[in-house]
Amino acid sequence: MASDALLTIENLTTAFDTEAGRIRAVEGISFTVPKSRTLGIVGESGCGKSVTALSIMRLLPRPAGTIEAGRILFNGRDLAGLPAEEMHHIRGKRIAMIFQEPMTALNPVQRLGTQLGEVFELHFPEMDPGAVETECINLLRKVGIPAPEARLKEYPHQISGGMRQRVMIAAALAGQPDLLIADEPTTALDVTIQAQILDLMRSLQQETGMAIIFITHDLGVIAEMADEVLVMYAGQVAERAPIKTIYTQPRHPYTQGLLASIPRLATTPKSRLPTIEGIVPSLLEMPGGCRFQNRCPRVMEICRDSPPPMYRVGREHWASCFLHRGQPAAGEVRP
Amino acid sequence: MNPALMSVDGLKMHFPVRGGIFKRTVGQVYAVDGVSFTIAPGQTLGLVGESGCGKTTVGRCLTRLYRPTAGEIEFDGHDMCRVAAGELRAIRRDLQIIFQDPFESLDSRQTIGELLQEPFVIHRLGTPAERRDQVAELLRRVGLQARMIHRFPHEFSGGQRQRIGIARAIALAPKLIICDEPVSALDVSIQSQILNLLLELQAQLGLAYLFIAHNLAVVKHISDTIAVMYLGRIVELTTARRLYEQPRHPYSHALISAIPEPDPLADRERVILQGDVPSPLNPPSGCHFHPRCPYAKPRCREQVPELVPVPGTDGTEHLQACLRAGELDLQKN
Repeated sequence: MASDALLTIENLTTAFDTEAGRIRAVEGISFTVPKSRTLGIVGESGCGKSVTALSIMRLLPRPAGTIEAGRILFNGRDLAGLPAEEMHHIRGKRIAMIFQEPMTALNPVQRLGTQLGEVFELHFPEMDPGAVETECINLLRKVGIPAPEARLKEYPHQISGGMRQRVMIAAALAGQPDLLIADEPTTALDVTIQAQILDLMRSLQQETGMAIIFITHDLGVIAEMADEVLVMYAGQVAERAPIKTIYTQPRHPYTQGLLASIPRLATTPKSRLPTIEGIVPSLLEMPGGCRFQNRCPRVMEICRDSPPPMYRVGREHWASCFLHRGQPAAGEVRP
Repeated sequence: MNPALMSVDGLKMHFPVRGGIFKRTVGQVYAVDGVSFTIAPGQTLGLVGESGCGKTTVGRCLTRLYRPTAGEIEFDGHDMCRVAAGELRAIRRDLQIIFQDPFESLDSRQTIGELLQEPFVIHRLGTPAERRDQVAELLRRVGLQARMIHRFPHEFSGGQRQRIGIARAIALAPKLIICDEPVSALDVSIQSQILNLLLELQAQLGLAYLFIAHNLAVVKHISDTIAVMYLGRIVELTTARRLYEQPRHPYSHALISAIPEPDPLADRERVILQGDVPSPLNPPSGCHFHPRCPYAKPRCREQVPELVPVPGTDGTEHLQACLRAGELDLQKN
């Protein structure tokens, strides 16, 4: 398992300095992304899923954001301490990223051809302009954009949201990355367009063999895309499991509550949905012990006293919850 | 069948597009193009569709935030298209609206107490002491604490703000609330809290809802009947259960199949529609859906399909607008 790990995160803690003091948006998370596989990171707003992505890309807003502790091993190299110039060779080329709103990621006053071409010029400076154009056209065709030659002359506002996300994916693929980080890539899209983009991402992964970190709040999208899932809550990993396990045998009360609370097509109309009471505590007022304690239906004395470690609750299945105290904890067994 | 609380017939809302130096009308956006439905007292009609299908515009026409281009809207015996401004204010006691982002619709410089008293002040109801009691009661109803009365909107979370928006909408005991994407901006765990609250209030107060949203799973959960819109027209209208179990329009079928289900074991036949939703500025001829429809025939390009009953159903139980409905066998998802 460990031998084909492309990315290994060990005890990552990312902090932000705010007027109200230092807050840890991500605290002590660990996970692995194997080659050619998809890791889904799911969680609600403020759970730290995007900060995790930005930490890997070393794109944290500066000077406020810093990686306080932990290692980000990508192909064996620790990105957390890499000098900025070396990071340039990895970011965009070996690890690419796409975002929720492609309109804000594209330059509104530059033609699509110029913007796409720039990516090639950056990663392959030896390429001549004619070859760049051919490559751009090939890429646009690959991501399913009709009449790619004509599109190169267009501006971002002239194409639809779904097409813009396709262009962003094309730009991300230009450097032939080993890892694509997709942060809510379909959240702003209509459901029929979302289905197209998810389908495209799956077929591109098969073709190129790149690994994907797919970040979303949508448990339906994760079910379709991921091989393994990381459920985050308030800056920490609540549960980690292979895709089928997380949906069929969730072991953390938060995951269980989250799955139960989604209205599904098959649920009885107008029935009362199970809920998770209360709201996520602010990072400034995080309770000691387990961060989910105030909303947990199964809270115990111990949950208020100390933070739960990750317990191994099954094959490649980990849950950070004292309900599983009998199981071996991370540290005792290497995750 | 109850007499309808609201009935809409042939509603059209076209927005002129102006261009050039003289700002002449150069085109029309056909945001809503001939929509008819009814809402019964105490029932929920869901209105579902993708961006630009006109669902929000329908909601705004019904509350007369827009004056419709054509069509009839009758609400509780009032002809909404012809009422005088003074009468409209009185009618709005019975007809309220909740928006997607309650923060934008709440005055940031007023406390929650002041915001919630406002409906009573506008309609000159009760003494100040009575109003205070009413506000406390409203907060309790929507699951907020009475001590929060002196706080400002920014001190609340998204879910709590939506509760405030709901409290304000139910303040005057309306008969119908237009809910425009009320849970789309909320996290999953908060979304279910708000859906439960809306269902509870409906049971307690006998409210009717027009529930507008793009998420079909959410709409199906809260609605009795659902209208599916595509580019300004209703393509299918039936009970929530029938729509899911036996969709009869290819667009509804594709929409249902495109919803990612939180179940990795689900083995579903997926219909992936080609292309984008066309612009309502220049909608396709005939059936608006024909350029993306996997079943389109040449006649779909020419003939505009009517919303007609599905053979074998009574009255308005199941309506659909597809020329080929009789020939198609759309599989259950």
